[in-house]
Amino acid sequence: MTESHGNPDRHGLAALAGRLADWEADEVARVLERQPERKADYRTASGLDLKRTYTALDVAEIPLEDIGLPGSYPYTRGPYPTMYRGRNWTMRQIAGFGTGADTNTRFKYLLGQGQTGLSTDFDMPTLMGYDSDHPMCHGEVGREGVAVDTIDDVEALFDGIDLRTISVSLTINPSAWILYAMYIALAQRRGYDLDALSGTIQADILKEYIAQKEWIFPIRPSVRLVRDCIAYGARNMRRYNPVNISGYHMSEAGATAVQEAAFTMATTIAYVEEVIAAGLHVDEFAPRLSFFFVSQSDLFEEVAKFRALRRVYARIMKERFGAEKPESMRLRFHAQTAAATLTKPQYQVNLMRTAFQALAAVLGGCQSLHTNGMDEAFTIPTEEAMRLALRTQQVIAEETNVASVVDPLGGSYLVESLTSEMERRIFEILDRVDDMGGTIQAIERGWFQREIADSAYDQAIRKANGERPVIGVNTFVEADADPNIETHPYDPETERRQIDNLRRTRAERDNAKVAALLDELKRVAGNEGENIMPITIALADARASMGEIVETLRGLWGSYGETPVF
Amino acid sequence: MADQPAIRVLIAKVGLDGHDRGVKIVARCLRDAGMDVIYTGLHKTPEDVVRAAVDEDVDVLGISLLSGAHMTIFPRVIALLEEAGASDIMLVGGGVMPDEDATALRAMGVAELLLQDTPPDAIVAAIRRLVAERGPR
Repeated sequence: MTESHGNPDRHGLAALAGRLADWEADEVARVLERQPERKADYRTASGLDLKRTYTALDVAEIPLEDIGLPGSYPYTRGPYPTMYRGRNWTMRQIAGFGTGADTNTRFKYLLGQGQTGLSTDFDMPTLMGYDSDHPMCHGEVGREGVAVDTIDDVEALFDGIDLRTISVSLTINPSAWILYAMYIALAQRRGYDLDALSGTIQADILKEYIAQKEWIFPIRPSVRLVRDCIAYGARNMRRYNPVNISGYHMSEAGATAVQEAAFTMATTIAYVEEVIAAGLHVDEFAPRLSFFFVSQSDLFEEVAKFRALRRVYARIMKERFGAEKPESMRLRFHAQTAAATLTKPQYQVNLMRTAFQALAAVLGGCQSLHTNGMDEAFTIPTEEAMRLALRTQQVIAEETNVASVVDPLGGSYLVESLTSEMERRIFEILDRVDDMGGTIQAIERGWFQREIADSAYDQAIRKANGERPVIGVNTFVEADADPNIETHPYDPETERRQIDNLRRTRAERDNAKVAALLDELKRVAGNEGENIMPITIALADARASMGEIVETLRGLWGSYGETPVF
Repeated sequence: MADQPAIRVLIAKVGLDGHDRGVKIVARCLRDAGMDVIYTGLHKTPEDVVRAAVDEDVDVLGISLLSGAHMTIFPRVIALLEEAGASDIMLVGGGVMPDEDATALRAMGVAELLLQDTPPDAIVAAIRRLVAERGPR
């Protein structure tokens, strides 16, 4: 008898195989004689083979329990049983530019437009742990994100926003623990119960060495900082995600969907091992691990990627780390549409690209989503571009009806087949990483970096020779497509305004207290087993600057540098 | 005619910008086209890259910027090249910037701007053209 969910039994499958062979030999062959197919072979963006069509034969070997039901192990179909029927995904547009006060205005605009979560982009000096008056930062202060030097800037950033009622994502990495400390210190000043705060801090340093290339310290002390964020969060902030393990940047750097998924699971394994080694049980912190992936243009491959990731993660947490709580095994992720797919020529087409990418994220079961602005191939987006991007999500949520059924593509011969193939390839790559001695060793050898550079090169060549069409760039090119576009203006006074803010803080605060706390920081940092968060929170509250904290530790730990591979 | 010596190119990232996807592809394409390519790696200062360009006696200095700091960094590099008496090194820019900034940078003396979506063979051709136009040193 059949064991499958509506699939034909063995006899039926044999008949189907015969019918399929006949179909290929007859109908398909006849049509091909008259009209050959457009391409010799069809593949996903990652290079997985695509058949002409998929049938019950392609899913016959997939155990039913691999697919399962939404909200139950292995969570292929979604982390929660009711998904968007209970609550839509969080519409979380990222924003950040200028000073804290400048970005605060954009936050309030987005909330007024119906956005349901906040997300913060920081400028390069903040991301790299420099104060705004450091010579290395000239020209970059408040340009690509908001400038933060001290808690005073964080106060201005969230002025008038109740952090207990809205979740806030902070996109920051090597200096993340300092921003996290500032956020906590601000919450304490406002008298909030820390358990009332929800949100996420990215704090994912390993993918920086692999892809995004924002770093300060060498790998080992940097991973300790991530460990301390996770451990502190697990013990003190019940609803907060103290890490957001990210594949997005790997994709932006050139990784394929398979690589993005596998490499992110590799960094996840490294963090989990690190926190367990610090004495926590996996079920103490795993429920608060959160994830961040790109949603690329290849719609079905992306949906399969998200489904495969949930299954792979559930298996790793259960089988490799012995997790017992369901919350430790269910992968929750934020998605962002693919910035690297945005084009300058015919830039309005970016609206359509972004809409399809966003649809893939929703069909794949994301928990929150950022849709890029159509003008982001020029610079950071205008208010108008962000409004349209948010409306794109609202159209998907309110008009398309796709959010009414949980995992609507579950059971699709194609999608189930791709999901299983993706899972197989992810585990293959994880085995290779284990053979290299683990994720950190593979980073030290430049293995991930080289794999991504090779994929990026391959994609560039395929784009150049037209094998990978990009509308407006190598296909349907318009001769005079140079647009008159009004982009987000950069206030040239930003740098001066921000440096004034910083100097005012330095003049007003108790400098002797800051110096004493910095000495204490050195002691804590030297003691590998001690959590660095409490002393950093004290420093944040005393209005120490990010640069002062970083430079103190740079003296102890040194700096990271990479040997570039190309 | 005797063989031309290989064109020497220094490719650089300046400032805090970590976007190196494009720059590494460009470095590889130029190398594949037979040029001598040196890539500085990330997070260099204008002083670092001008010194390296002079020391390595390159024909072309290519700087990739996706940080938005191009209007600060390129003028500084041009000034440093002049100070070093190395204005015969052709300065080329790559990355993301608004069109009006690209126009302004050309006026300041950036020899060419090869921004996102420039195909690899167009980049190779542009570098060869620039060096041919400058003539032998």
